[in-house]
Amino acid sequence: MAHILLRHRDIPDINKLEIYQKNGGFEAFKQAVTSIKPEAVTEVVKASGLRGRGGAGFPTGLKWSFMDNNNWPHYVVANADESEPGTFKDREIMAGNPFQFLEGVAISAYAVGANVAYVYLRGEFWQVAAFLDERIEDMEKAGLLGGKLFGTDYELKIYTHLGAGAYICGEETALLESMEGKRGQPRLRPPFPPSFGLYGKPTVVNNVETFTNVPMILSQGADWYKALGTADSAGVKVFSLSGRVNKPGNYELPFGTTFRQLIYEHGGGIINDRLVKAIMAAGASSSIIKVDDKALDTPMDYASVRTLGADLGSASVIVIDDTVSIEWVISKTVEFFKHESCGKCTPCREGNYWMMHVIERMEAGEDVEANTKLLLSVARQMQNKCLCALGEFATMAVVSGIERFPDDFTASGIGGGHA
Amino acid sequence: MSLIEKYPQEVKKILAKYPPEQKRSAVMPLLYLAQRQEGYATRAAMQDIADLLEITATDVASIIGFYTLFHDEKEGRYRMQVCTDLPCALRGADQFLQELCTNLHIQVGETSEDGLVTIEEVKCLAGCDKAPMFQVQGENGIEYHENMTVDKTLELIEALRKSGKEVK
Repeated sequence: MAHILLRHRDIPDINKLEIYQKNGGFEAFKQAVTSIKPEAVTEVVKASGLRGRGGAGFPTGLKWSFMDNNNWPHYVVANADESEPGTFKDREIMAGNPFQFLEGVAISAYAVGANVAYVYLRGEFWQVAAFLDERIEDMEKAGLLGGKLFGTDYELKIYTHLGAGAYICGEETALLESMEGKRGQPRLRPPFPPSFGLYGKPTVVNNVETFTNVPMILSQGADWYKALGTADSAGVKVFSLSGRVNKPGNYELPFGTTFRQLIYEHGGGIINDRLVKAIMAAGASSSIIKVDDKALDTPMDYASVRTLGADLGSASVIVIDDTVSIEWVISKTVEFFKHESCGKCTPCREGNYWMMHVIERMEAGEDVEANTKLLLSVARQMQNKCLCALGEFATMAVVSGIERFPDDFTASGIGGGHA
Repeated sequence: MSLIEKYPQEVKKILAKYPPEQKRSAVMPLLYLAQRQEGYATRAAMQDIADLLEITATDVASIIGFYTLFHDEKEGRYRMQVCTDLPCALRGADQFLQELCTNLHIQVGETSEDGLVTIEEVKCLAGCDKAPMFQVQGENGIEYHENMTVDKTLELIEALRKSGKEVK
């Protein structure tokens, strides 16, 4: 099947405006602005079943419909902070198929009445931001951005904004704080961004991949999109496959593709033909799935992955083979979250610090059994007490790892990560 | 020379991105500008930014402290930042970093004797399928290097060393 998001893999040079337009580019935006009412655009997106691709899976059209129409101006912000370990899809989309992403942002802005949209990129995406700036300039020159668009009164500007290396800024309210020139620390919610967002104004924040779906949904129709994927997870998804597989990379596949298909048909199987031991389907923020035939044959959609006691999240599938100790895996994830905790709320700041220390003790050979119990207890005390999802995420691999792989938390099972 | 005297066009362009009453939003882009020459933000630059945005120098310093890519101390001319997070580590990133440091006779976090490169360990850079990988932060912004080996990295360092001489 031809790609819907990673179209640069089928159409060379689609990152040039002229080629993108030759392939139907900006027709959907033009049609929306000239002949569809903003609320009707939102209705199409709602009907398509599109859900946010950043990890939470919130229905996109519904989010747009929450915008407070008694408070103006409205903003649209694209979340290009992509920082979840194991996730590298937005970077490919922005570099390969940038105009489709920007068209999605533009359509969203029209739908919610925003005249300014920002693309917040993680600071490390310096080159991608410079590249997008050039594409935005191309659009301005071609009359696709600016004032009096397509002869109407609608006007739109898009700007890029670089973060500077903080995972927490992927959390939408932390991202907004960061955009306002402050430390990226999450806000207490509610209110949510559609009522109190950037500069306190109603704001739509969506992930890059989410926006990139929108132009085709508008041009091909909600029913077309809904027919792809499964009942609860409409459409296609870019799965970022990493870890101990022969062919890591991004794979755009319909929701409902099984783990086995992704790993063996697309990913070329496991390095040295080892066995799959565990899968983390949502990057470092995953509960660790213990792999057996049933798990491998589970369709990757939001509801089915939940039956394995895990979440699909951003579909960043990290594959762990039988040479790896799960204790080492969680030492890596905890180190990550300890570094990235923003420090605002105590359970996350202190909890991650102590989880790291307990793991270090264990690895130094101190009573593994007692320290495993202590580690589990610290993780459980963090759960349901943190201000945002980061603290919660930090506990998932720890709790599921200890519960599902007890042999890896014994004197002989710890350490020995893969070199 | 103040930041605005040094880069008048760029400062103007940055400020134009945000509503006039929300110019604090420009603090991060201005810090990138301030770091361009020396690789870190000087006290004077922090004060320049604070004056320009009508915030305090402490506010600016708090931003530098919070975000990994801002620095208030001089290090190597190039910061080579290797990702060793789980997906990269599953593809040999820890070993790569260790061997690289051994070859350069430095520890992680240290700078080569000639002040050219600082080797740092960083968190996920969204290049998990092309590990071992790292970014180089230098005067021209940030550049990614993926599917790297120690040999290729040593060649890159050599190339940076030579290009530096030409600049000087």
